[in-house]
Amino acid sequence: MISVKNLCKSFGNFVAVNDLSFDVNPGDIVGFLGPNGAGKSTTMKMLTGFLTPTSGHVRIDGRRVSKNTTQLQKLIGYLPEGAPAYDEMTVYQFLHFIADVRGMTKKEKMAGLSQVIDQIELHDVLDQPIETLSKGFKRRVGLAQAIIHNPQILILDEPTDGLDPNQKQHVRNLITSLSKDKIVVISTHILEEVSAVCNRVMIIAAGSKRFDGTPLELQQQSRYYQSVTIKFSYAADITGLLEIDGVDDMKVNKHTGEVTLFPAKGQFILGPVTEYIHHYKLPVDRLHVDQGRLDDVFMQITS
Amino acid sequence: MNAIFFIARREFAAFFATPIAYVFIAIFLILSGIFTFFVGDFYERSQADLTPFFNYHPWLYLFLVPAIAMRSWAEERRSGTIELLMTLPVTSVQVTLGKFFAAWLVLLLALLLTFPIWWTVNYLGEPDNGIILAAYTGSWLMAGAFLAISMCMSALTKNQVIAFVLAILVCFLFVVSGSGIVLDAFEKWAAPGVLDTIASFSFLNHFDTMAKGVLALNDILFFMVVIGIWLYAGLLIIEQKKAV
Repeated sequence: MISVKNLCKSFGNFVAVNDLSFDVNPGDIVGFLGPNGAGKSTTMKMLTGFLTPTSGHVRIDGRRVSKNTTQLQKLIGYLPEGAPAYDEMTVYQFLHFIADVRGMTKKEKMAGLSQVIDQIELHDVLDQPIETLSKGFKRRVGLAQAIIHNPQILILDEPTDGLDPNQKQHVRNLITSLSKDKIVVISTHILEEVSAVCNRVMIIAAGSKRFDGTPLELQQQSRYYQSVTIKFSYAADITGLLEIDGVDDMKVNKHTGEVTLFPAKGQFILGPVTEYIHHYKLPVDRLHVDQGRLDDVFMQITS
Repeated sequence: MNAIFFIARREFAAFFATPIAYVFIAIFLILSGIFTFFVGDFYERSQADLTPFFNYHPWLYLFLVPAIAMRSWAEERRSGTIELLMTLPVTSVQVTLGKFFAAWLVLLLALLLTFPIWWTVNYLGEPDNGIILAAYTGSWLMAGAFLAISMCMSALTKNQVIAFVLAILVCFLFVVSGSGIVLDAFEKWAAPGVLDTIASFSFLNHFDTMAKGVLALNDILFFMVVIGIWLYAGLLIIEQKKAV
């Protein structure tokens, strides 16, 4: 378990992380969200023991990271931002080196290597120097190095940055499959990633926590959550829509002619709305229910 | 302990994966040859020893050791691998020692590859090989001192060129601290005790006796202490400003 209490980090006068507290339990896949410069990477660097907090502390299994750094780092797999690696080494040499430094025995090393190479599909590039790899492969090598020792805690700083959509999907599946009974913390600024991978979202801005909850709870913050958008075939009398039970507000998009109905908090309006449409035989082309617009929520929370 | 070995092995391999080690060794061999035979008048002296060879080592190291050490930390900083390295379960002490030993081994290799000079002097005359061995040991120790200083300078910056220039500057001060260049500046106002202390930091003075074949304990200790102090300073710098 990771426990963060009143964590602060400043560089000179600049406060990067300001009084951050949270707990992460096994089974949690935490999506760390925030605008650039919000303090995500700095927080992760403190979780992994790379940086020492200015005040406050990080505990893993009850032990302080700043005091038992080396022992606790054994439990962690970490992908730093930008997936740095030793460019002149081949992928195979690099993974070997990481396994050696992590103190894995020969047997563990071989098992770990072959598993990771399979999981991340690195067969084709094993003997290539890392500097010759594409951005996507570099990221995958970084991921491989983070999971080679099958760590209990996985901390990934922007694991899908620079990957194409297929690779993104692949990495997300991988994270999901790795995450059983583990602690996973990933940072990202891709909002869709959070609902795809995580079971918990934490948003920080300007170094402080702004939101901590499930992806669903985040979506529910959106005005568009469970809103119904209707496209009519031709102009129809829509004034009555506002009178439907549970409908709080209505918006008409003048360009597309789409009508959006917003529910009152906690209400589901799809049933009543379709009933109304049937009853008055309104000419509907399309109709869909929104799951909430994360961009809006994100902007609202972080600004 | 194992971690030091693995880090040193990686660093050592990196020297040879990039042409750095080859270039360093080639230039070292060429320059030491030139200094010995053309500047040092090896033949004209008609003496069966390697004094002209060893006398120029401090000056060779002054430029070549900073060149081999400048990337040690600066490159880790620039490429971000320092974050990778420092989040592996190893201490900064282990990393520092690993890096130091790898580079020191390259320097040893370069020294060993000067064996044709040793062979030449043995072919031409009958030198005291004990003296030569002592001088080689002293030279390697001194190279270690240059290396520790240069690594500390490399820890200060992510720019290799700055690391190189700073290292030459500091190394130069240590080389010449026993000579007029430095001592004249202090002579007018400093107490004789201060002058002696400054002079005693001189690499040249300590190496001179070693080059003559005298492995005095205080000279060996001097270089060991210099290595220790500068490695420790580099360590503190890395601990303090990892992220920048």
